[in-house]
Amino acid sequence: MSFRDWYRIDRLPTIYCVGCGNGTVINCTLHAVDTLGWKWEETVFVSGIGCSSRAPGYIKTDSLHTTHGRALAFATGIKLARPDLHVVVFTGDGDLAAIGGNHFIHSCRRNVDMTVICMNNWIYGMTGGQGSPTTPRGAITTTTPYGSGEGVFDLSALAVVAGANHVARWTSYHVKELTRAIQTGLETPGFSLIEVLTQCPTAYGRRNKLRDVAETVEYLKDHAILLQKYNRLVQEGKPVPEDMFTVGEFIRRNRPAMGVPP
Amino acid sequence: MQGNTACAEGALAAGCRFFAGYPITPSTEVAEHMAVKLPKTKGVFIQMEDEIASIAAVIGASWTGARAMTATSGPGFSLMMENIGYAAMTETPCVIVNIQRGGPSTGQPTLGAQGDMLQCRFGSHGDYSIIALSPASVQEMFELTVKAFNLSERYRVPTFLMGDEIIGHMRERLTIPDSVEVIGRKKLDPGTMPFKAGGDDIPGFPVFGEGYGVHVTGLTHDERGYPATTNPKAHEKLVMRLVRKVESARKEIADYRVTSPDAEQVFVSYGAPTRTVHQVLHDRPKEEIGHLQLRVVWPFPEFALSEFPEAKSFLVPEMNLGQMAREMERHTDVPVIPIPKLGGELHTPDELVRALEGSR
Repeated sequence: MSFRDWYRIDRLPTIYCVGCGNGTVINCTLHAVDTLGWKWEETVFVSGIGCSSRAPGYIKTDSLHTTHGRALAFATGIKLARPDLHVVVFTGDGDLAAIGGNHFIHSCRRNVDMTVICMNNWIYGMTGGQGSPTTPRGAITTTTPYGSGEGVFDLSALAVVAGANHVARWTSYHVKELTRAIQTGLETPGFSLIEVLTQCPTAYGRRNKLRDVAETVEYLKDHAILLQKYNRLVQEGKPVPEDMFTVGEFIRRNRPAMGVPP
Repeated sequence: MQGNTACAEGALAAGCRFFAGYPITPSTEVAEHMAVKLPKTKGVFIQMEDEIASIAAVIGASWTGARAMTATSGPGFSLMMENIGYAAMTETPCVIVNIQRGGPSTGQPTLGAQGDMLQCRFGSHGDYSIIALSPASVQEMFELTVKAFNLSERYRVPTFLMGDEIIGHMRERLTIPDSVEVIGRKKLDPGTMPFKAGGDDIPGFPVFGEGYGVHVTGLTHDERGYPATTNPKAHEKLVMRLVRKVESARKEIADYRVTSPDAEQVFVSYGAPTRTVHQVLHDRPKEEIGHLQLRVVWPFPEFALSEFPEAKSFLVPEMNLGQMAREMERHTDVPVIPIPKLGGELHTPDELVRALEGSR
């Protein structure tokens, strides 16, 4: 099989805008499941609400497109009832961190065996560009027209302290690294979060001087700093630019997990 | 045995193998009993972070083919409304037990009420139908839980066991039969579109993990299961079928008990107030007093009222301000006299007798 065989061809094209990063993330995910030789009959994709959450509709496995923020709770039911099935969740920053924040930390704590891929584009895209828990301070959105005055969640850091077995962050530029990270997530027993910083030219970019998709992907590349490099700079007492974000694998461990197949 | 425990035993007898819940008085004993029993029978018990997550996990488990249940009370029931609508829209079999307590809000955690009877029917947004049963004894907590599973599986609809604190915490003798009738859900014929229904309006169920490759969404969907949100015809067709599959089966689903059909005065009850009606009938053996006990409350069996052709008044004791009496008024020209009772205590026989005499 190739990753293309996982698509529900009759559902294409997707609803995504030109330049959206979500397609890249779906491709990387399907590459990963295909590389592992998973069978589509034994895999379930689950999602909540938002642009990211439309992804399972384009994949030919059994798929559950649920209510806003609740995907992880639905996925927990599926995985505990059928541990032999592979469960993968697509979610976004609004879905996972705002309305689904409680389910997020508790799913990490339970360490339920599933892989969660969060397309973090700092914005509510589906509803037209409102501020989310990851909208950078100062960014313009339709609900922060004078610039966001709120702090942001670091989703990966949250997942680490909440107990997830595997946490990694990459961007839509880093397709090779992202695919490998997803693959590691799929293989790691317990809860895995793959956070992907990805561009939303329509709802975020055009209000925040990131209108051009190629420029935005360049921005993601230029502002990403490898975790190891970041740690070295800190250790050496050297300054790290404030607008940089770390990428890489934040944790891989083997805490007791739930729903692991026997 | 306690009513709540009998409910859990009924679920186990009916083949329930997944329970997700969140502690809440006065329903918690259902969860506690499932927590003890399910792991011993290769079932799954999980305490979720809230009631929203509990019903979500139940629905997820149901898509793997498991018979799944949750139990709660007023405040938790309110939280579940969002995903109850999702279960209705996606036609997911699941049983929701509501051991009702006094509301609104946190209200009276330790006292009984029947204030959620309209909420269970209409509580989630949009048009849909559900099935609700109401037990009046510990034995019925067992029997109607079994029945709730069978109806839910058969009609692919969220089904409610609308108990209350009085029956839930009551202790009575319970007879558990050696086996109970278990009706499974009809599977989807391979090659058939997953949300295409036959004459009974109930599509076959495509169990996850069996190669159906089905897409399930709470969005308006076509017969393939694909979103069709801006198609007015698809929406109307879907919602009409969701309602029709239950409402057109009202006679099949109905479950009620008739006493003295020739009576002019007829008590209509469900749940705990049934006990007081029984007491009144017992105390006044020489009078002809009718009684209709509804064991299935929704879909409302309006034809049951015509079992009393001589009826001059229907007296309806409820532990609310007349929620089902309101529904009855839509269906009969006979005067419907609500006998509301709030506060958490059951009607006394005297109160019912006064209403009876006042109606003559």
